[in-house]
Amino acid sequence: MRETFTKGMARNIYYGGGVFFLLVLIGLTADTVTRISTTDNRENITEQVSAGKRLWEINDCVGCHSLLGEGAYFAPELANVYTRFGKSTEAIKGFIKSRPKDGIPGRRSMPQFNFTEEELEALAQFLKYVDGIKTARNWPPNIQG
Amino acid sequence: MKYESQSIAKMYFIAAIGLFIGQILFGAIMGMQYVSGDFLFPEIPFNVARMVHTNLLIVWLLFGFMGSAYYLVPEESGRELYAPWLAKLMFWIFLAAGVLTILGYLLVPYATLAEITMNDLLPTMGREFLEQPTIAKIGIVIVVLAFLYNIGMTILTGRKTVITLVLLTGLVGLAVFFLFAFYVPDNLVLDKYFWWFVVHLWVEGVWELIMASLLAYVLIKVTGVDREVVEKWLYIIIAMALISGLIGTGHHFFWIGAPDYWQWLGSVFSAIEPIPFVMMTLFAFNVVKNRRREHPNKVAVLWALGTAVMALLGAGVWGFLHTLAPVNYYTHGTQLTAAHGHMAFFGAYVMVVLTMISYSMPIMRGKKAANVNAQKLETLSFWLMTISMSFITVFLTIAGFIQVYWQRYIDNPLPFMVVQDKIETVYWLREISGLVFLLGLIIYVYSFFAKGEDVVEVVKDNAVTS
Ligand code: HEM
Ligand code: HEM
Ligand SMILES: [Fe+2]
Repeated sequence: MRETFTKGMARNIYYGGGVFFLLVLIGLTADTVTRISTTDNRENITEQVSAGKRLWEINDCVGCHSLLGEGAYFAPELANVYTRFGKSTEAIKGFIKSRPKDGIPGRRSMPQFNFTEEELEALAQFLKYVDGIKTARNWPPNIQG
Repeated sequence: MKYESQSIAKMYFIAAIGLFIGQILFGAIMGMQYVSGDFLFPEIPFNVARMVHTNLLIVWLLFGFMGSAYYLVPEESGRELYAPWLAKLMFWIFLAAGVLTILGYLLVPYATLAEITMNDLLPTMGREFLEQPTIAKIGIVIVVLAFLYNIGMTILTGRKTVITLVLLTGLVGLAVFFLFAFYVPDNLVLDKYFWWFVVHLWVEGVWELIMASLLAYVLIKVTGVDREVVEKWLYIIIAMALISGLIGTGHHFFWIGAPDYWQWLGSVFSAIEPIPFVMMTLFAFNVVKNRRREHPNKVAVLWALGTAVMALLGAGVWGFLHTLAPVNYYTHGTQLTAAHGHMAFFGAYVMVVLTMISYSMPIMRGKKAANVNAQKLETLSFWLMTISMSFITVFLTIAGFIQVYWQRYIDNPLPFMVVQDKIETVYWLREISGLVFLLGLIIYVYSFFAKGEDVVEVVKDNAVTS
């Protein structure tokens, strides 16, 4: 680098740029947090949905599936599974319930979690709530996720 | 080695390499499960293998960063480490917490682990990369705080250099952003938004500061170039990292229910995120070209140059590939994401830690550089790992394209599992590349034990000593 561009100038760009854009990020975050009230489907976060989310977490479902495109890529996207399963929580529950304990020979299979009826309902309600989140361009692109 | 306490780095590096081996073994298990779904089922379900793989990665990189700091900071600061005993104590606490967490994943079902560790009191488990039980997360915070105190005091009571100040800023940022791991709201949009404050602001923010300062340090040591020159580069690289990377976080806010303006902001700012990586490459090649000494540790120079190039490819090129919103609409959460994740983590953070180890380990073992045979083997392992990782990336990229085409692009998209079956051959090729990577790693470990003659030092005309 040429001598006209000094170390002091580089340092000022670092401090100035770093602090400035950190503040911008904080500002945009404040704005985002207020705006998402119209998209995040919060009116449907019931106690059951919260319980379902906790079950989603403590069984590490995201270790195989993606949810709104984030997580693992080993098993199908689940943010729109409610729609894919014909808008039926019963179908979701039936699927989870019927996984064979020892898997399917030669194929990827989902573990049998032995959920209670109440837990199944909570999980299904959680997935229904996620399906109701309004994403830009209605992502996922189609029903297959 | 100028100061006794620098040698604490050695135990950190040994632990890092040990956990690295574990990480790759579980990577190979998952690669197998991708082609043969019932492999080790139900004993090791995919999600468990994945937690082990990614958590080991993060933990060993943290060991690597800490070891690097313990090695570099005393020398730069011109004094012994503030509290060597604390560094040793924290090593054992961190190792115990790490190993117990991994054993927990493997020995009991995850839900049981959540119950035993009383996740209900402060639920933080079950999010990607942040699966550790809450108590383990608290352990990480304690270890990192003790570590920051230790090197912070060493820096502040000693000579302050640009390298140590940048490193310290990066490490403080690492600690601060980790705190978002404790915020897990029921509202999924908020949950996802702030989850990225750990993941993105780590790898595309503060970790870049750590990476750039470590690279700058090793390059000064092995090339003998003027500190002034290096410092100017360092400032401008990290300036660009923050200017692009902070708002660049927006490339993760396209499809999670956040406002539409993120599609513009995220695309534009993340599109300039490759710049710091381009500059790191220019910087590394420039200082090596203008070197004022021939350091006998040739392989350390190779690692340093390799880091810059592979980070540019993995983060810069493969990141850019899917960072614009109209492209990301199709590629979000596909094998393309995994392709990028692998090469970026490897090229930037794995390789910078291996660079530090390569430079410092021989010195801690009493020599300026490893012997001729050891360097040959290490060079071989460099190429095996780098090339096989490039192949993994290419195969996953092909897998991603196939997936996007059949599952997202065509008019009558096919179901996920149907598309996965079409990709089987490519997944086999990925697994084979993974086994070559493992071979490279085995040779790498073996190189530390190889015997041979010392490298003969060639002194350049204008060489400076030490
Ligand atoms: C033997 C070599 C390896 C194999 C076969 C392998 C395989 C895998 C697989 C199958 C996944 C899960 C993808 C999914 O969710 O469906 C994964 C995730 C991951 N691996 Fe590896 N891996 C290997 C080496 C590495 C190395 C060396 C690194 C570090 C640089 C690494 C870093 C990661 C990361 C960061 C993820 C999470 C990716 C994401 O969420 O996009 N892996 N790996
Ligand atoms: C060394 C630096 C980097 C590392 C270690 C890294 C690592 C990763 C990982 C592991 C993921 C997957 C996260 C998940 O599991 O959901 C990811 C996602 C992503 N990265 Fe990076 N990255 C780096 C730099 C970059 C850069 C410079 C860009 C842009 C130019 C970029 C663009 C993206 C995008 C767009 C995604 C989202 C992919 C999706 O929509 O599925 N990354 N990165
Ligand atoms: Fe990112």
